[in-house]
Order: sequence, then C-alpha cells, then structure tokens
Amino acid sequence: MKKLIITVVGKDTVGILAKTCTYLAKNGINILDISQTVVAGYFSMMMVADGAKCRKSFGKVALELAETGRKMGLEIRCQKSEIFEKMHRI
Amino acid sequence: MINISEVLETNKMILEENLDVRTITMGVSLLDCAESTVKATCDRIYGKLTRLAKDLVKTGDEIGRDFGVPVVNKRVSTTPAAIVGSSCCRSTGDFVKIAKTLDRAAKDLGVNFIGGYSAIVSKGMTPADELLIRSIPEALAATGRVCASVNVGSTKTGIDMDAVRLMGEIVKQTAERTKSRDSIGCAKLVVLCNAPDDNPFMAGAFHGVSEGDAVINVGVSGPGVVNHVLKTIPHADFETLCETIKKTAFKITRVGQLVAQEASKRLGVPFGIIDLSLAPTPAVGDSVADILKEIGLEHPGAPGTTAALALLNDQVKKGGVMASSYVGGLSGAFIPVSEDRGMIDAVEAGALTVEKLEAMTCVCSVGLDMIAVPGSTSAATISGIIADEAAIGMVNQKTTAVRIIPVAGKKVGQSVEFGGLLGHAPVMGVSRFSCEKMIARKGRIPAPIHSFKN
Repeated sequence: MKKLIITVVGKDTVGILAKTCTYLAKNGINILDISQTVVAGYFSMMMVADGAKCRKSFGKVALELAETGRKMGLEIRCQKSEIFEKMHRI
Repeated sequence: MINISEVLETNKMILEENLDVRTITMGVSLLDCAESTVKATCDRIYGKLTRLAKDLVKTGDEIGRDFGVPVVNKRVSTTPAAIVGSSCCRSTGDFVKIAKTLDRAAKDLGVNFIGGYSAIVSKGMTPADELLIRSIPEALAATGRVCASVNVGSTKTGIDMDAVRLMGEIVKQTAERTKSRDSIGCAKLVVLCNAPDDNPFMAGAFHGVSEGDAVINVGVSGPGVVNHVLKTIPHADFETLCETIKKTAFKITRVGQLVAQEASKRLGVPFGIIDLSLAPTPAVGDSVADILKEIGLEHPGAPGTTAALALLNDQVKKGGVMASSYVGGLSGAFIPVSEDRGMIDAVEAGALTVEKLEAMTCVCSVGLDMIAVPGSTSAATISGIIADEAAIGMVNQKTTAVRIIPVAGKKVGQSVEFGGLLGHAPVMGVSRFSCEKMIARKGRIPAPIHSFKN
C-alpha cells in the first residue's frame, strides 16, 4: 500500500483526531502530514499517510476507517493518492 | 504535496457533482474464433471472452474503491460479428446463435452490455453482412445485453443507400419484436457513419479490425462537474467561460487516464484510448442540457444552442487532449434525449425538435440519440433520417449516428420508460412529408470531394 489520503468530513466533535490516529497507529500506518479547515461549521481534515508497513489490505483499511467515522457521525474516506496528484498536477 | 483544498475539490466532484468513470470497455478481437461450423465458432467466442475478460468487473470495482471514484460500467466490445460469422453462418438463425453466445458470455462475466453485433457496410454488403443485419430484430429480442451497430457510410466511401433503406426496415422490425417492452430493442441498435474502431460507449462499440488482440478503452464523464463550475461564473465573458470548461475537462480526463492505466496494468491488456465524451445520465445534476442552460439558454433548442454546443464540445476536447496522449473513440458531447433529464424537459416544454437536434449534431458527437418517435413512422422516413445524419457525418468528416425508437403503439405526447441508464423519453413528432421515392432508389451516394472546401 503506497501513499494514502484520508479525509474526515463532518460536524466538529471531541476526539475525532484521537480516534482516527489510534486506528492508524494500531495498523502501522504512518501519518506524514495533517491539515484541517472548518467550512460553514463543518470540520474537514486531510491526512497524508504511508501505508507501506500496514499488514491489512487497502480495502479492509478503507472499510474500517469508514466504520470508525460512522460511529462518530463523520464521513472518513481513504483513497490512494494518485487520483489527486493526477488531477491537480501536470 | 497535494493540499487540502485540492483533495476536497476532487471529492466534491465525486460526491456531489456525479464525477465518475462511465465505462471501462475491453475490446476483444474474435477474428481467431472463426471456425467452419456455427457451434465451434460460438464455443471459441465464449471461451475467449470468458478467458480474457474474466477479471474485468472485479478489477473495475477494485480501482473504483482504491481511488474513491465510481467506475460505473464494465463492458466488452468485440470484432463485428458479421466478419467473425462470415465463414459459418448461412442463415439469420445462425447469426442469432452468435448473439446468444455473446449474451451468455456477458451474463457470466457480469458486464451489462456487450457490443459488436455489428456490420461495417460503408460501401457495400457481403452476403454475411446482409444476413447479420436481417438477424438483428430477432437477435435483440432474444438477448438482453447485446448491442448491435451498422456502419452505413464514411467520408472516404460515401453512403451505402441500400443499407440505409434496409436499416429503416430493420429498426421498424426491431421495434415490433420488442413492443411489449416499449420497443427497447431499438435502444440497443445504432446506425453510424464514420464509426470509430475504438469506441468504448454503447450501443455503437465494436472492436475494429485495425485493433490488436485485446485493448482497454475508457469513457470518462462529468457533465455535472462542468455545470457546477460554470455556476460559479454566471456572467463571465467567453474567454473565461472557455478557459473554465477546458480546465475542468482536463481534470475529468486525468481521472479517466489514471483509471485506464491502472486497468491496463492490472488486467495485463494494453491501454487503447480515452474517450473524452461528456456523457449524461438521467440522474439529476448529470446533464449536458443543464450546461447549455448554464451558458445562457432557457432550454436546449433555443436559438444559440448550436453555437453553445460547438463551444462546449471544442473546449472539452482542448482540455482533454492535454490530459491524455491517446484520445479516441467518439470524443464529444453526447446529446441523447432519454438519458438526459434536461433534454427530456426541453422536449416536454416544446423547445426541442428532431430538426433542431439534427442541426446540433453538426457540431458535436454523436447524432440523433435515444429519440422516441411514433410507432406509425414509416421505414422510409426512418431511412431518410438515417441518410440525413450519415450525410452530415460524411461531409464533415465526423462520426454521426442514429439511435431512434419508433415505439410500437405510441403517439406524440405519450412517453416511454426504458429504465436505468436508458431513462425515459417523450415521443417526438417527425416530419409527415414522404421521402419514399428517394429511399427506393438503389445504390450509393458517392464520396464527397475532398478539395475546394468552401
């Protein structure tokens, strides 16, 4: 698994970062960069992560992250980074 | 490093503006499946398709999941069946057996459409071509996933008017054979001029003889994305308008390029082309008509429509060719009626007629697409409409097509429901004046002159 982009979107609540990071740490996924913004009361966070040492498949990680988000009432998406690099860089 | 606003922009396109990859289409050559008996040919066809494309659907879904972008359709196109079956098929029934084999392979592969039940008769028909064409009504009634296409002309050869006359009758027969389902057979039958060999979009997809053994072609989409970005610049001048469409088309096409390269790598099949067409769906917010309205028309069909469409089509190509080195297929804005909510509204409002649609096809791909007309429309009139479209394609060196549905038992004002991506369509009026004498003439229209272009 190469570079991942994880996005968290939803209403701002306590522990969003903690829960997401705990999951990533447990699965050996290293966070390279985090940025966040609040648009119209909605919390948006983006993480660039390295999944090279993760033993789980990409599909499983994406599903489990989505489930972690669902429990907090948030949407967490995990995507391979190429789609963003291709779209926004020549 | 990618920044958060770029990531959010991409995800907004996917989640709110219907950005998707419309189709990954695997083209498969069936030339090496031609045997001396129908059974042996069918066995070879089934064997080759289920071997080469067995992981197509799974791979398409995996790519969609990895990048978080929906890959809506996974499809297969094949060598025109008239060529594959020419050595063994001696009756229309023999060709129908090939159609049923294609249908069975498509079902077992899990693809929703398979293209290539086709004949290329730009200059003349071989006996096999004619048999295949005559088998189309039965083949489309007996199968669910097979798409048929017939190429009746080209810029280099002119138009085979014998084939045009025959196709008028075949379209009518196909409508009759599937009348219990609103003549849906005609939604899977397209008559083309200058058909490309590498088109990934149904119903006109086939794997041309100029292609390799197997190839991955990808059709991108995203009218909703273009429409959305134009909403942010409601009164911009034409330069800004064009620049904005171009940039958006670039971004959309890059996603297609990424998906195509991944599919090619994972399936071990060479990448062919990206088709740059803006392809609408009946979903709200996924409409080419809405873009025309955003440019400034009350409805498509209003004066200015042809100019707006020409502008849109050209910018999509200009942005798209920068994003991918291999562009092909149809590459233009699609303007089907039943598959585009805004086009349906325009017809229902009385803004859009078959004649205006014909004018629009002069500046965009692909042609008169998914148009329901009264069941009483004569075969000669349908041939006349086909001939008009083919003439536009022939003279302007572009692909044109007709996918028209003379809905058995329905009149102007009624509507038909095809369901799914095929959508629903109001029945449109056609000219009541006859072209029978012209259509009855035998032979072909000569190729146009390629010089003195004024």
